[in-house]
Amino acid sequence: MATFLQVAFDGLLNGLLYALVAAGLSLIWGVMDVINFAHGEFLMVAMYLSYWLGFIWKVDPLVSSVAGGAFVFILGALTYRLVISRTIGKSAMSALLATFGLSMLLKNVCLNRFSPNFRILQHTLLGGKTFNLAGIIIPLPQLVIGLVALALLYLIYLLVKKTRLGWAIQATAMDKEAAELMGINTERIYLLVFGLGGACVGIAGGLLPSYLAVHPEVGGLFSLIAFVCVAMGGFGSIPGALLASLLIGLVEAFAGFYIAPVFKYVAVFGLYLVVVMVRPRGLFGW
Amino acid sequence: MALLEVRNLTMKFGSLVACNDVSFDVEKGSVVGLIGPNGAGKTTLFNCVSGFYKPTSGRMFFDGREVTNLPAHEVARRGAVRTFQVVRPLKEMTVMDNILVGAFLRGADADTAREVAEECLCLCRLEGMADNLAGGLPTGYKKRLEMARALATKPSLLMLDEAMAGLTTTEIRDSIEIIRGLKKGGITLLVVEHIMEAVMSIADKVVVLDSGVKIAEGTPQQIVEDEKVITAYLGAKFTERMKRTGGVTRND
Amino acid sequence: MVTAMTLTGKRTKRDLFWLGLLALFAVIPLTPWFTRSTFAQHVMIQVLLYASMAQAWNILGGYCGQVSFGHSVFFGIGAYGTAMAVVKFGLIPWPGILAGAVIAAVVAVAISYPCFKLKGHYFAIATFAIVEIFNRLFMVWYWVGGALGLDYGFTQPGWKNFVWYQTKDCCFYGVLLLFILVFGIVRWIEKHRFGFYLRAVREGQDTAESLGVDSTRVKLSAMALSAFLAALCGAFFAQYNYRVDPPMVMSLDMSMKFVLITILGGLGTFYGPLLGAALLIPLQEYTRAYLGGIGGGVDLIIFGLLIIIVVVYQPKGIMGILDRVYVRFKRSREGGK
Repeated sequence: MATFLQVAFDGLLNGLLYALVAAGLSLIWGVMDVINFAHGEFLMVAMYLSYWLGFIWKVDPLVSSVAGGAFVFILGALTYRLVISRTIGKSAMSALLATFGLSMLLKNVCLNRFSPNFRILQHTLLGGKTFNLAGIIIPLPQLVIGLVALALLYLIYLLVKKTRLGWAIQATAMDKEAAELMGINTERIYLLVFGLGGACVGIAGGLLPSYLAVHPEVGGLFSLIAFVCVAMGGFGSIPGALLASLLIGLVEAFAGFYIAPVFKYVAVFGLYLVVVMVRPRGLFGW
Repeated sequence: MALLEVRNLTMKFGSLVACNDVSFDVEKGSVVGLIGPNGAGKTTLFNCVSGFYKPTSGRMFFDGREVTNLPAHEVARRGAVRTFQVVRPLKEMTVMDNILVGAFLRGADADTAREVAEECLCLCRLEGMADNLAGGLPTGYKKRLEMARALATKPSLLMLDEAMAGLTTTEIRDSIEIIRGLKKGGITLLVVEHIMEAVMSIADKVVVLDSGVKIAEGTPQQIVEDEKVITAYLGAKFTERMKRTGGVTRND
Repeated sequence: MVTAMTLTGKRTKRDLFWLGLLALFAVIPLTPWFTRSTFAQHVMIQVLLYASMAQAWNILGGYCGQVSFGHSVFFGIGAYGTAMAVVKFGLIPWPGILAGAVIAAVVAVAISYPCFKLKGHYFAIATFAIVEIFNRLFMVWYWVGGALGLDYGFTQPGWKNFVWYQTKDCCFYGVLLLFILVFGIVRWIEKHRFGFYLRAVREGQDTAESLGVDSTRVKLSAMALSAFLAALCGAFFAQYNYRVDPPMVMSLDMSMKFVLITILGGLGTFYGPLLGAALLIPLQEYTRAYLGGIGGGVDLIIFGLLIIIVVVYQPKGIMGILDRVYVRFKRSREGGK
């Protein structure tokens, strides 16, 4: 029983991390109907930033996460301006393909500059610390990331549902032309949404070096899992993405522990296929 | 036996009843007009007959055989071919290629298909446009391309969904001429139309829908004089004009 | 523009160009450029192989408009087919090549039948998921070699075993045959009913249906054919490298090569895949050989940039640029008269 709970808890914590990574993607997908293939590479870039800040100036990832968020906000906004804005209105695949190009670019620039080596940040505030709660071992860095994920998702949810800006975002998502007629600067909304989506993943990337090694390929799997979370949750639904992420975290943990580690992702991607076969627009989609 | 028989067709979208218990026949060799105000369920009916929607209940027979739940391509293969109200050119293909897609339905041989396509091209007065991309045509041409493409499949029943909406007066006159020609060539037509004059001048029979229900069926003259139709659709103004000019049939 | 040309009187001109191109390829092994450098031979073989792969994908992704990111699965099945025949069963590769291709086509139809119901991004992500699943499963499927893959032992070189060690001439002719097969099939399709139906489904599924086209069947046939040819390419790949393992053939990166080469050259055009491969492969091989000193990944950095630029500025790829140049050239000549 204790093992079962431990595995479940690990799965949930991992699920929260996926939710944090997927949140930005979900926002972008929901508002712009664009899949950002470079999402995982945004994460990787933030991880490198956090790593180098920690390595050179001994800045802790907890602090670097703010820098990560800010940096990837700018990266996201730039990506929108230079690439995405020029693919709007073309075929649905063009943004995906262009961002795939961008992901190759970012990945290989990091590979070229920083080598393919795995880099681990030593002596972080949270690194390696755990505590015991009723027989379940809880790793502190994962817990902090989980809490940040919940807080950030709630903030995004509030932003979209309760603020004037959020209404403008919703209006743009529903009908771009109509929103423009109502005097909403949709171009700026898109820019902001892409930036915000980037900032979410930037914060995640900033925190991750507390317990995860940095290397150029680290983003790839996160990208795929984030796509699956968002698609499974349903077109741009943030609660849906959260639910799907937790589900995926659990499935991954259980399949990894009770079947075999290699089957983790077979189970995760298999789950996606099963869900979309039954509900072609995802759990919360229509 | 009629070429197309629609029996008690009902189509619901959730709680909305778009077509309610509609029955009518399309006789071989005739032109039947299907009219009705906006939202009367004409296009829904059309989509059911052509196999794009599965009707909630009711049955349809084409050429004596049941076609009720057949997929759209199978209905077309049997010989009942439709056009779309909102034109749907295969944009990145040339006009000729568009028509060829239709022509290939009756045989895989490219040369025969090309001959058929060229005939249809001329019939719908699209000569000289053959090598243009369909996406770049002006609206009037796109409407005629819809028709040419459908004709190339050698249909026994051609179903036109508002083939004249949005056209100029000259273009409408051209289209009417084309339809007359088709009728002479032995093709049966079911025509959904907004433009009353056009329908009245070509239809042998008119079916009127209102809010999903068939409210009248008869010759154009009968329809024009039908009380229900006048209140539902035509309005007093139109009937005034009818009486003044002594009927539309002399107008063309 | 290009599609229009097949239908006007210029058919014979296009045939001549195509035959001329093949003749050119056929005599390449006789030129000193080729004989003197194994590197040049390697590059030429890669160009034709990747062009064939991209063209196989183009049937489904370009002509039929169903963008699949899962083609490395079929490529991999083809590679494993021949490798299993040679390594596990000690046979000559040919029955393995055929079996692999048939299995790939069957798997493709089985997978895509439910997947074609998904729209847009949901379909794209499903194909990513399938690649990951296959990759993971092959990693632990020990009967086919697991993560270590299958290594060819020494076999007698020659056409019978489709393996050569000393010279690459025959390898080149082998890939040229593959190239002619794949491109020949696409050329045939372009002129026949199936080709028209493919494009009709791409441009408008409802329209196609209204004209009697069974769009599901067309898509599934395109998928099967595309997977079959992709598997043949995979078989060549395994024979050429004397080995196969899961990340080498069944990976997202490999899948994306099918897509990106076609996009770069020109989606849904006959020469697009060849142009894409002819630009990309030499770029990749020569930067790796000559710019290796400034760190890895330079070729992929350039490739990434190229993809962004093409998608953003010229979605029709190199063919789009050539078309534009051709139109301008024609106009300036007509202006001169």
